[in-house]
This record gives sequence, structure tokens and C-alpha cells, in this order.
Amino acid sequence: MSLDMFIQQFFNAITLGSLYGLIAIGYTMVYGILRLINFAHGDILMLGAYFVFFGTTTFCLPWGLAVVVAILAASATGILIDRIAYRPLREAPRISALISAIAVSFFIESLSVVLFTGLPRPVYQPEWLTTAFQIGSIRLLPLTLLVPAISFVLVMLLLWMVYHTKPGLAMRAISKDIETTRLLGVRVDRIIALTFGIGSALAAASGIMWALRYPQINPYMGIFPGFKAFIAAVLGGIGSIQGAMLGGLILGMLEIMAVAFLPSLSGFRDAFAFIVLLLVLFYKPTGIFGEHTEEKI
Amino acid sequence: MLNISDLHVHYGGIHAVQGVSLHIPRGQIVTLIGANGAGKSSIIRSISGLVKGAKGSIEFTPSNGSPIQLLGKRPEDMVRLGISMSPEGRRILPHLTVRENLLLGAYSRTDNAAIEEDIERVYTLFPRLRERHWQPGGTLSGGEQQMLAVGRALMCRPELIMLDEPSLGLAPLLVKEIFDIILRINRDGMTVLLVEQNALAALSIAHYAYVLEVGHVVMEAPGHELLTDPKVKAAYLGG
Ligand SMILES: Nc1ncnc2c1ncn2[C@@H]1O[C@H](COP(=O)(O)OP(=O)(O)O)[C@@H](O)[C@H]1O
Ligand SMILES: [Mg+2]
Repeated sequence: MSLDMFIQQFFNAITLGSLYGLIAIGYTMVYGILRLINFAHGDILMLGAYFVFFGTTTFCLPWGLAVVVAILAASATGILIDRIAYRPLREAPRISALISAIAVSFFIESLSVVLFTGLPRPVYQPEWLTTAFQIGSIRLLPLTLLVPAISFVLVMLLLWMVYHTKPGLAMRAISKDIETTRLLGVRVDRIIALTFGIGSALAAASGIMWALRYPQINPYMGIFPGFKAFIAAVLGGIGSIQGAMLGGLILGMLEIMAVAFLPSLSGFRDAFAFIVLLLVLFYKPTGIFGEHTEEKI
Repeated sequence: MLNISDLHVHYGGIHAVQGVSLHIPRGQIVTLIGANGAGKSSIIRSISGLVKGAKGSIEFTPSNGSPIQLLGKRPEDMVRLGISMSPEGRRILPHLTVRENLLLGAYSRTDNAAIEEDIERVYTLFPRLRERHWQPGGTLSGGEQQMLAVGRALMCRPELIMLDEPSLGLAPLLVKEIFDIILRINRDGMTVLLVEQNALAALSIAHYAYVLEVGHVVMEAPGHELLTDPKVKAAYLGG
């Protein structure tokens, strides 16, 4: 493989990786706080892409506005899912919420098939994002530079929020001891709603960028990115935001480079992530940034 | 200020608190002593709204208002009403710094300048916390964690502070240090509900005391009277 090819693949890899990372953050934040794997998270990504699709077609919104509306709507959907499907089960055994999560995921996918039909839809791509440009002999899409850049900015904003604001302090407290945090006056349900809102907004942002890169959307498009992002979150150390991003980048790198170097493996592309999951669970279940999992008090 | 009457707590088949009535007058230190498992924490946790099935009446009268029924209220509302608690086992958030633990105690407040003053006040009460300012709570010693738990409970500017076994696991010298501070906070006007297994320390500073045995109040009197009561001496003060 030539150096040019490598550089091109490198950008593809960090693009894919940061998309995984953005989704993984939602898994990791919700898990960190509720010890719940939010199976419906991947579907939020799909909804984000569809919201943009209908925003630009049915509602004739300019693309940029449609993106903003879609992210807000997806964020609200995430909060609604928590309110309806998880909050009533807060005191129940954890497995109940998990089962509820699986049910919500199936429900959203089925409902989307009914409402949106199962037909893949082509998505509008702003030209300025998808017109390749040339640096020397390297051809790049603006998208492959922009996606990692946007992701980086979003992660920095999120880290600032978590480490330097009051709701962020509450989030960090809840993740260790929800009862004590409540006792200190934190309206825990609001903070949890905020967590779902942020996670869902990031997933939707990822889904929208995903649809720019692979410009066909369907109601099941969230499933595989969802799985892989979950694996990225485990790899990075579940509960850690930095870890989720890093896990996403590693996974993206692995998938793209493995296929680039060994094209014969391209059929197994989706299997890499699961192999990584097995290895992590086997050798370091706490992941890269993971702390020793103390059971929640 | 706080009136509990006929409080019952059930956990499944266990009847942990069986019709307890307590009265906590404003400005006093009232202590609730009793052996492990007597139901002390269950009472304090009922006041805080942490016990789902508590029955009876818990009435709190804030300085500027009429009585409020606390049963049925949520734990997160308590600090806003003026009641705070240092829970059993301190429950310091181990990964947050000393300062962040204190800030969390002031979560219900928005007067940032006054919050900084109160942090300063806590550091004056417990100078060791000032030295540990940026250290994660989990790295503190047991005594320092207890100081932090008390300081954190003060951060919401409560009218009533409830302390669940602040002496737990501490060396006698530290117990004295912490009880001196409790006395000092009280002299500055704070009402204190002190739950203790360490009867000697608690009775020495309490205005009034209740003795709890398997979910019942079996005795009540001013602290210094119980200190010399033969039955209490035999059962709780090591003869
Ligand atoms: N969450 C709970 N579930 C079941 N039983 C409990 C629970 N909390 C306390 N108990 C029981 O209630 C009784 C009183 O406990 P507690 O209020 O913690 O007593 P104390 O604080 O005086 O040691 C004990 O028998 C204890 O085992
Ligand atoms: Mg107790």
C-alpha cells in the first residue's frame, strides 16, 4: 500500500472511529450512571438520520436547520425513552430495565418500518462536504476532516461540562452513589434525563454524519454501529468518556486498516469488533480507562 | 421543630421501627442511642425520605413557616426544607475532591459567593480539610471523612442537621474532636439529631436523649440524667 493510500485510509479510519466514539459516549454515560445498557441507543442514531431526511424533504427545511432540529428531536426521544421505559424500573432489579431496553429497541425499529417503510432512502448530501479535494496526490473528502474535528470539539465540550459545571458534578456523583447524591439535594431524575439527552444528541449527530458517509438510510441502520459503539465503550473502559472516544478510534482504525492491508478479510469486517469484545472481556474486562468495577452501593 | 409520632417501618417481614415518637426542640442536641439493629438508622432515614414504606407522622416546622409533613417527600427535597444528614458510614464520594464533596452539599443553592464563604467556614471548623482541599475524598482517613461528611451536611445551611453514628470506627481522640465540633455548631444555633451507639459520648453533649431497643423507645430523659441512670449504665456505658 502506498503512503498516499495509507493516509487516505487513515482519515477514513478516524472518521469511522470518531463516529463510533460519539455513539459510544451515550452508552458509557448511561451505563456509568444507571448500570444499564441502553439497547435503544443505536436506534436513536437511525432516528437522527431519518429526522434530517424528513426535515429536508417533507418539511423543506434547509439542511443545516434540519440537522439542528433532528438533533434536538432525537435528544427529546432519548429523554422520553428514559421517562417511559426506564424510570419506572429504577428500583426494580437491573435485568428488568435491560429487558425493557431490548423491547424499546425492537419497538422503535418496528415502528420505523411502519412509519418510514423498510425501503432504503437516499440522503441529501451538501456538496461542500462531499466534493473531494486534492492535496498533492491525496484525495480527501471534506467530510473525512470535518467529522473527526466536530467529534473532537463535541467531546471537549462534554468533558468541560462533566468536569466544570454543576450538572457535571452531579453526574459524577450519581455514578458512584445515587442515594447520597439525592440526599444532598440533587434532583437525580433530571440529571439522568440530561444524560440521556446528551447521549442521544451525540448519537444523532453521529447518525447524521454516518448518513453523509454512507448515504442510504433504513430503519435497521443503527443496529451494527450500535453494537460496535458498545464494544468501543467496553474497550475504552465503560463509564469513561475519554475511553469511549479512544475505543471508537481504535475500533475504526482496526476495521479500516485490516481491510486495507488484507482485502481478503473484507467479508469479515463486522467480525473484528466482536473478536475485540471477546479479547477485552477475556483479558481486561475493565477496558483501557476502566476502574476496578466496584459494585454500585 | 421536628415531631415524630407513632412511626413504623417495615422491611418485608421485619418490623424495624414499632411506633416511635420523638420530639426535637429547636436549638437542642437530641440523641437517639441504642444497640446495633435497634432501628436508629431506619428512623433517621425515614426522616430523610429514604424509607419507602414508613408510616406515622413526621412533622417539621421551619423557622419561617407552618408545619410540613415529611413522610411522602423525596430525599432531594429535604435540604431545600432545611434538613440535612450525614449518613451512616459517611458516604463520601470517593472520586470527588474534598472541595467537590462540599460543593455537592451546596447543590440546592445558587448564591455562589456565599457558598465560597461557607466552604471557608467549614475549613475553619476542620482545618485538616483545608489541607486536603484537592484530594479525592476516598484518600482521606476515617476521621477526615467524617469531618467532611459533617461539613458537607452544613453546606446547605440547614436548620436541622442529622448525624448517623459520626463516631463509628474512630479512635477516642477523634471522637472527642468531632463531638466538640458538634457542640460548637449547636452553640451557634443549629438543631442536632445525633444517632449513636457510643452512648457515653452522645449523652455527654445531648440536651435530651432517647434509648431505642428493638424498634421501641424504652427510656427518655435529659442527657445528663441518663448518664447516671443505673440501667443505662449497665446496658450502654459498660457498667
Ligand atoms: N434495607 C433493609 N432491608 C431489610 N432490613 C433492614 C434494612 N435496613 C435495616 N434493616 C433491619 O432493620 C433493623 C433495624 O436496622 P437499623 O435501622 O439499621 O438499625 P441501627 O441503625 O439501630 O443499627 C435491623 O434488624 C436491620 O437488619
Ligand atoms: Mg445504623
